Amino acid sequence: MAATESAMRRGSAGQRRAGVGDRGGPLGGLMLAPAVIYIVALVGVPFVMAIALSLSSATIGNPSIHGFIGLQNYFTVVHEAAFPIALRNSVIVTIATLVLVVILATAESELLARDFRGKWFWQILIILPWAMPVSLAAVNWLWLLDSEFSPVDWILRQIGVLGPGSLLGPAGHLYYYGREGVGLAAMTAINVWRLLPLGTIIVLAGRTAIPHDIYEQAQVDGAGFFRVLFRITVPALAPILVVVAVFAALVVFGDMAIVAITTHGGPGYSTQLLPYWAYLKGIEGGALGEGAAVALYMFPILLAAAILALRMAYRSENG
Amino acid sequence: MATLELRGIEKHYAGVHAVDGIDLKVRDGEFLAILGPSGCGKSTTMRMIAGLEMPTIGDILIGDEVVTRLPPRLRNVSMVFQSYALYPHMSVAENIAFPLKAAHMPRAEREQKVAWAAKLMGVEPLLKRRPARLSGGEKQKVALARALVRAPTLFIFDEPLSSLDAQVRAMARGELRQLHDRTGITTVYVTHDQIEAMGMGDRIAVMKSGQVRQLGTPQELYSNPADTFVASFLGTPPMNLLKRDGRIVGFRPECVRVAHAGAAMADGAFRLEVKVIEVEFLGADWQVYAHAEGGSEIHKLLARVNSGDAAALKVGESAQFTVAPADLRYFDATTGKRIEHGGN
Repeated sequence: MAATESAMRRGSAGQRRAGVGDRGGPLGGLMLAPAVIYIVALVGVPFVMAIALSLSSATIGNPSIHGFIGLQNYFTVVHEAAFPIALRNSVIVTIATLVLVVILATAESELLARDFRGKWFWQILIILPWAMPVSLAAVNWLWLLDSEFSPVDWILRQIGVLGPGSLLGPAGHLYYYGREGVGLAAMTAINVWRLLPLGTIIVLAGRTAIPHDIYEQAQVDGAGFFRVLFRITVPALAPILVVVAVFAALVVFGDMAIVAITTHGGPGYSTQLLPYWAYLKGIEGGALGEGAAVALYMFPILLAAAILALRMAYRSENG
Repeated sequence: MATLELRGIEKHYAGVHAVDGIDLKVRDGEFLAILGPSGCGKSTTMRMIAGLEMPTIGDILIGDEVVTRLPPRLRNVSMVFQSYALYPHMSVAENIAFPLKAAHMPRAEREQKVAWAAKLMGVEPLLKRRPARLSGGEKQKVALARALVRAPTLFIFDEPLSSLDAQVRAMARGELRQLHDRTGITTVYVTHDQIEAMGMGDRIAVMKSGQVRQLGTPQELYSNPADTFVASFLGTPPMNLLKRDGRIVGFRPECVRVAHAGAAMADGAFRLEVKVIEVEFLGADWQVYAHAEGGSEIHKLLARVNSGDAAALKVGESAQFTVAPADLRYFDATTGKRIEHGGN
């Protein structure tokens, strides 16, 4: 009797020892560790290195960060002719993209929030660009906007708005990547095309979360389609739209793939964008310090945009 | 202010007749309650009146105008949803002003109207608040203010009290009815709660399986139910129904008397041998649970009796219930429809 009792006590004591999983502190630390290590190693370290590089005279040939030269790189790059153009172009493409993505994603979600015949087909079409590899998509767009063989030009010629004596001028081609305005528009179009599917999914998720009652109430209260859209849907979606806008802005402002594949920033610097300019300077041109400085000019702009947007989102939720 | 008329309304969903032929006339200024269990088609009927659903067959007239094909915004109908459906991103004042803005009312007039509606519903101190910071009762008042601010031709209420606490609900019932009496606007009130329907409605339309089973004043419905469904749906506790001689006999629990041994009985009184199961004290009277004896099946009965009668009853023992002939209602055993005379 006494033996079994002590055996039981031993057994239960053995089971009762708390494991790592029972202690909140260490467990939380363990579970956070991968994310922390990841961020420190792949975001924190390169960021600090970039700051160090930007303050040094490092080049590809002499990549030492010991040659401290203060803010000189920052002054140098600002005074180059390409910088203001690249900054302006980056801002134009980013703002144009996010405005278009927000408008089109709202429109598409408005469409997909309704029930209609063949809805699945349109859903697949709308999501398709997202599933496409960027390189494939870029080649597609290169061909679509080719100087000589662009099918868009062909269609414009066929409907009579391009060519001698027509709306878009006498030339038979628009030379998309050869002209400043058209080149920026083409890059904007590619960005919009690429970001719209995800934007639509995010907005649609927000749209379906709005209680249906509110829409019926608005109808009974006498509101037509546009009043419902602008007074009910858009204000209710505001926090989500801000998220989409910030997301689009961060992706577009930091992206150099599209400009690298399409216009290469030309002709001259006329369609140059900041991230590609930083790449050309730092990696292609070998001036690591100056390249880092160009890239770091983008940081306060992105940070300010993110803080502003998150604040707006917070206010619209709690106001 | 207007009349409302439904002419042969049917609504089919994928072959199911959710509403199956409703003819209904609501008088100008009347408070009509549509009462029925869930799934009876009352909500669909209401949504068709508001214009949120299109009837498959039939016509809806507001005033003397056919509005069947008109969208909700052209009907000048105000609706209060069960959830109140306040616009979450607008202040209370903006919520109340919304129908006026939609009607393009000038700003000065609009502000005046909002102030009037807010005062009428007593929500003036809340005008700057967002709906998220209102209590259930406050939300209801704001929803009512929004509904009445533009002087609609018709009010539609979709179970507006069901999300309130029991205590607030009784109060809100009174306020709603007073609001109707003050404005005189024709009202359709949809509910599954017979106490609300009985207490507030000028008339009640009892619905089941997409059809109106009976339309009448609460008193008519209570004392002369058209069929066994209405008889068992109205009244707490409901009418007792039991099979006798190939018919169904019904009587209200409060019509039961207990036969005292040796006492003389009125002529033609209905007598019933019962076994007393339970006796509950309710305050003003007593509630008796009993099983009717005889016949192949056991009928559960309820009776409301005074303390004198209750004293004569013992749990577990037999007793004799009697009901005066005037209090008896007869129904067809197969159709459940009321038979006008006892037909002895």
